[in-house]
Amino acid sequence: MNTQPGLTFTKPGFLSLLQDGGRQGVMHLGLATGGAMDRNAWAWANRLLDNPFGTPALEITFGGVEFTSHLATQIAITGAEVQCRVNGESRPLWSVINIQAGDRVALSAPKVGIRSYLAVLGGFQVAPGLGNSCATFTREGLGGLNQDGRPLQEGDHLPCHAGSARVLNRKVSERWRPDYKEELALSVIPCAQIDRFPASVLDTFFNNPYTLTRQTDRMGARLKGPALEPLGERLISEGTSLGAIQVPADGQPIVLLNDRQTIGGYPKLGAVTPRSLDALAQRTPGTTLRFRPVTLHEAQVEERQFLSFFTATGNRR
Amino acid sequence: MFWRYEVTGVDTITLHFGDAIDIALTERIQRAARALSHRLAPRLIDMVPSYTTLLLRYNVLEDDLASLVADITNALARLPEVETNAAKGDVVEIPVYYDPSTGPDLDAVAARAGLSREQVIQKHSAEEYYVFAIGFAPGFAYLGEVPAELATPRLTTPRARVPAGTLGIADTQTAIYPLQSPGGWNLIGRTPLTLFDPGRGQPSLLQAGQRVRFRPIGREEYLALGGQL
Repeated sequence: MNTQPGLTFTKPGFLSLLQDGGRQGVMHLGLATGGAMDRNAWAWANRLLDNPFGTPALEITFGGVEFTSHLATQIAITGAEVQCRVNGESRPLWSVINIQAGDRVALSAPKVGIRSYLAVLGGFQVAPGLGNSCATFTREGLGGLNQDGRPLQEGDHLPCHAGSARVLNRKVSERWRPDYKEELALSVIPCAQIDRFPASVLDTFFNNPYTLTRQTDRMGARLKGPALEPLGERLISEGTSLGAIQVPADGQPIVLLNDRQTIGGYPKLGAVTPRSLDALAQRTPGTTLRFRPVTLHEAQVEERQFLSFFTATGNRR
Repeated sequence: MFWRYEVTGVDTITLHFGDAIDIALTERIQRAARALSHRLAPRLIDMVPSYTTLLLRYNVLEDDLASLVADITNALARLPEVETNAAKGDVVEIPVYYDPSTGPDLDAVAARAGLSREQVIQKHSAEEYYVFAIGFAPGFAYLGEVPAELATPRLTTPRARVPAGTLGIADTQTAIYPLQSPGGWNLIGRTPLTLFDPGRGQPSLLQAGQRVRFRPIGREEYLALGGQL
């Protein structure tokens, strides 16, 4: 057995990835930013434990994770509504959970939502790679525990520090907890090539429901709904933005997400705001979505509020 | 230097420098990127130069668009249209084993062009290529342009698996797949070099704006250099 302090995973789950705030300064190498898909749940898990914004946590997709702790520590689990049991006893989500050495923690499959975030006091001790980030990037074989892009495997040991000063038991107040069942209208900054699309296309896009399909992953959310007549020609490829809404030849929009390609040639209707992407990251395939336009100003005010709230703990990384 | 910008996201703008693919334009964008990175570095989290554009990602918490655009305007105002002492970088030489065993579409490209396999190799490797952009995947360099007779449209059905180092042609562009991935380009050979290595000081062998030449090598040299069949 590994004697280094940390958590040993006996069940790794369907897809569990170490994620942080994403990479910076590497898009020119063809590397996407990556990072936690639902930054809100990820940031709350860290904040509960006084971990600085940017601390790596485990993004658990579809639950089904079990681990044993080799140290006394504290953890927090946020995001998708899984059942958390410590030695068989139920523990609340969105709360600080005290853990003793030898405790066994099990997370069920989620009832609502998709992605859970597991943070540990002081953060997982993994070396950052390119872009000063440990964000796991499976397609490119980068980031993660061994910097090879592998998702968590059975038997993996995530190291963390023993002896960090403990934090108070605290929980996220109900009113701050997102409801992942709520109908979702994604906020869109109308920008990029939106001016080139005829008004009829924008009418269709903003006034009809679109369904999130199974072909959705960390690269992009593929939607199905009334087809949007594509522009006649492809663009000359250009850098892609988070949340960009591409209209490919079949007219079914694709929202570019964290692990997107860094350049692309499909015309774009605008960009979904990061806060809406947080909400989208918890929706299952089959969910009906709508789009609503917001101004760049509104979107930036909302984003600044989010970032200042989570980075203003006095210990920003 | 003429440019305009477009908002493309909550924390990104895209500068447009022209409308057509042209090496001189892409070189101007490279110079603009260097100037901005020199003068505004900490404010620009990411920069993605491409054929006619430069995407910039900034920190919305600590910056605002109006002042950023004003400072970009200042930084680019003094940039000359043409570089006075055009400092062309060294040509990066990439050894390639052009063969049906490493490039399963080599013969199809030849047949389409009405050329022999040897003529395709000769023509493809005689050209000096320009790195227009890095993207699609880590270290994936869009190189142009191949001689007109070698221009070949993408495969109708992409391959599920293209080995790392494989050289392909799509229309007038040519590129090497840095990592194993799916791909729809016409494959004509493979290099034993590693195009992208996160452990290297400079992870990507190629940078936008560089020049590249392919050197045909035989099977023995390919294997001696560590090439895989």
